[in-house]
Amino acid sequence: MGSYLLKRLLTLIATLAGASALVFVVLEILPGDAALIMMGPDAAPEAVRALAAKLGLDQPALQRYAQWVGGLLSGELGDSYAYSSPVAELIAERLTVTVPLALMSMLLTSVLALVVGVYAASHHNRIGDVGLMGLTQLGIAIPNFWFAIVLILLFAVHLQWFAAGGFPGWSEDPAQAFKALLLPAISLAVVQSAILARITRSAVLDVLREDYVRTARSKGLSLRATLWGHVLRNAMIPVVTIMGLQFANLLAGTIVVENVFYLPGLGRLIFQSIANRDVIVVRNCVMLLAAMVIVVNFVVDVLYAVIDPRVKANDL
Amino acid sequence: MPLLEVRNLHVQLQTRHGAAWAVRDLNFALDRGQTLGLIGESGCGKSLTAMALMGLLPHSARVTGQIVLDGQPLVGQHDRVLQNIRGNRIGMIFQEPMTALNPVHSIGRQVAEPLRVHRNASAAQARQQAIALLDRVGIADASRRFDAYPHQFSGGQRQRITIAMALACGPDLLIADEPTTALDVTVQRQILDLIAELVHERQMALLLISHDLGVIAQNTARMLVMYGGRAVESGPSDHVFAHMAHPYTKGLFAARPRLGAHRGERLPTIAGTVPQLHELSALCPFATRCDVVLPACAGQAPVATDLGGGHHAHCLRLQATPQVAGS
Amino acid sequence: MTTAAATRTDAHPGLITRLRQQHNLLAGALLTLLLVGAATLSLVWTPWSAFEIDMAAKLQGPSSQHWLGTDPFGRDVASLLLMGARSSILVGVIAVSIGLVLGTAAGLLAAARRGWVEELIMRLADFTFAFPAILSAIMMTAVFGAGIVNAIVAIGIFNIPTFARISRASARQIWAREYVLAARACGKGPWRITIDHVLPNIASVLVVQATIQFAMAILAEAALSYLGLGTQPPQPSWGRMLAEAQTLLYQAPLLAVFPGIAIALAVLGLNLLGDGLRDLLDPKLTRKR
Repeated sequence: MGSYLLKRLLTLIATLAGASALVFVVLEILPGDAALIMMGPDAAPEAVRALAAKLGLDQPALQRYAQWVGGLLSGELGDSYAYSSPVAELIAERLTVTVPLALMSMLLTSVLALVVGVYAASHHNRIGDVGLMGLTQLGIAIPNFWFAIVLILLFAVHLQWFAAGGFPGWSEDPAQAFKALLLPAISLAVVQSAILARITRSAVLDVLREDYVRTARSKGLSLRATLWGHVLRNAMIPVVTIMGLQFANLLAGTIVVENVFYLPGLGRLIFQSIANRDVIVVRNCVMLLAAMVIVVNFVVDVLYAVIDPRVKANDL
Repeated sequence: MPLLEVRNLHVQLQTRHGAAWAVRDLNFALDRGQTLGLIGESGCGKSLTAMALMGLLPHSARVTGQIVLDGQPLVGQHDRVLQNIRGNRIGMIFQEPMTALNPVHSIGRQVAEPLRVHRNASAAQARQQAIALLDRVGIADASRRFDAYPHQFSGGQRQRITIAMALACGPDLLIADEPTTALDVTVQRQILDLIAELVHERQMALLLISHDLGVIAQNTARMLVMYGGRAVESGPSDHVFAHMAHPYTKGLFAARPRLGAHRGERLPTIAGTVPQLHELSALCPFATRCDVVLPACAGQAPVATDLGGGHHAHCLRLQATPQVAGS
Repeated sequence: MTTAAATRTDAHPGLITRLRQQHNLLAGALLTLLLVGAATLSLVWTPWSAFEIDMAAKLQGPSSQHWLGTDPFGRDVASLLLMGARSSILVGVIAVSIGLVLGTAAGLLAAARRGWVEELIMRLADFTFAFPAILSAIMMTAVFGAGIVNAIVAIGIFNIPTFARISRASARQIWAREYVLAARACGKGPWRITIDHVLPNIASVLVVQATIQFAMAILAEAALSYLGLGTQPPQPSWGRMLAEAQTLLYQAPLLAVFPGIAIALAVLGLNLLGDGLRDLLDPKLTRKR
């Protein structure tokens, strides 16, 4: 396990480094003069030069890159041009919305997908299975932001159980804060769980066909004991992989859904920063999102090895 | 009272073309310490019979007739009752050792599992007994290998492990469904010997299923030949081999490649192919391929003819009654 | 549980039988035809002009005049939907084509060359997966500004690793087949083998994947347009229609419903088509799941 972990860790670091290089090139070098972009084309040249000097833009690219990476690791991310406050603080504040939202939707997704997938597999080709699979086809086709709008239409406009958007903050009333995140989490979870439920069902059906399931039954294990003891662990292997891959989509989804519900999260920050031409903020946010995806995939790889002992032997 | 009695067993399956009888009117009995070989080609119903005994047929299958284990009827029982019997009173080993074990659990855990399920053994007790079993079936360094995973063992070793698993709770009946078909020839011998030893040691009943005449000849005292879901010939193995009566059995025996055959000599074959399940006749299933078929075979089901010494064959030709004379 | 006896007596059902069993394929083909038909129709006719502003007729509900109502500028919703189909298809076709061509080329190269070339290509592919279409589009927008071209490029870039992975996996299987070994033994080079043997055999897998990626592309385009990063006004786009409708949820809720249904139907149709094609073209995989 040790060498496997080490290899994965090295891959992780390499990928993070590569991602940072890509982000830097695309968002810093390509656009050209960042100061000019931030201040707009009508700004006075001296002001632009002053800003450029302040941001250290007159230094060579490699040096700026090294400074930026150093800043990433130490938490010193510079100041936001539009908000005049440290980027790190800004991002941290926004994360208090995005992270709980992502976690909530992941939880909802997993539970829903597992229940639906296992149920459908154990009622293979009967009404329950066919009906649920029809629903999941629909779930995959529905855009998550449209489902969010429909939810708002139903629960906020019509029934008035929820607000149509916004976030009251954690400090005052955590319960209200959760409530504000509920509809967004549900709209994210619906599409994700539709995909995952199909995968789960498929994985469980595959495993049910395996010889060792027949062996387990021949030893006198009940259907339930076989399902829990032998089937699920094997079925989880492809499911966990897909969940990891889906994480990137989840983040992409949170960006969109945050905009639907006007939640002050990372996604909205990116948007506002683009509108404000706040290049520094955009760069750091993008890097953060990419890093989250890469780290999650790393965790999935490790989980893989924990679940399936053959992985360490073959080192895929 | 024999340990296992099978009377009038019928198994019906749902196929694409509707329901079809895959096993028809099967009868046999087995006692402790006895060995019975079930032989026939693929699709003749021998594995289905084993699954029927275990109660592991698909949901859509129908079973009629009687299966009685030590006085307890098994057909139509609730799955909970059958769960108590599987792995406990009846042990089973399968054809594919490479896929019979769960790859994510250690082998020790899988061998100990029946003990924990049926004997309520604690983890420590089960571990101890499992190690002893593994040792008995020939797994070297059993106490250390307990925690190893299936992919770390060869095919022959895995089959030994499944044998240990099947025998963990000391069953009265062992069903071995093609236990050596997927193994190398040298390993085959070892596994069959191991099974024979254990059967003798524990005085179990053995139901050995195979398509290989050699395996049946060398490892069973009695045999039953199946074709198209029916028994066509049965009796003490030596007797059957010495005095083959049914045309199918004869054809099967004749089709074996032999050492010392002359170059250019063709292998005799049985004409035709095995019919699809839904096309099987309710009368003699072999009639369409038999080269000594009688006109009467088209209208009458074959009855068991007693050929002496416990040897029976189901063929109208053997009934020397005036009505069917006309050979 | 599994049994030894075969329950399938019809090992190779005929094409017609298979077609009849394919509800997926038929439903999917129908819906996809509807989508393409709508876009094609919009080239020659729409009930009203999608660009004509008529403030007097704004925010009307469905009527005999305007079958699906009007938007806040008095434009006919039905016409907007028809023209929106065009944007969706345009983005879908071009983005998926980019991914298909470049991705398959990369995947085939990886499978043919093996060794460090394969490693490199696959690492790059894994790497690109860390940047979903939305994120790439955001980056491109921040640099180059919003627009349909950037949306297409962003979605296309994200399709490349998908096709690279799929084509490499399938190609590797083909390379292991005996007829390829035979071709190599005859002295055929990897380039010829790829074109003559590998490509035709993975074609069906690619077709199925392309259909599904098309569906994903439509969803991505809708999301980007919703955020204002995709198709720009005055070109109609389903996603942008939803964004506009969201501000008017209290006054005209139906405006938020129709574009969403259009997107859902288009994506559903393509997904079903893809599933149906997979069942049809790859019968080995047709185990009723």
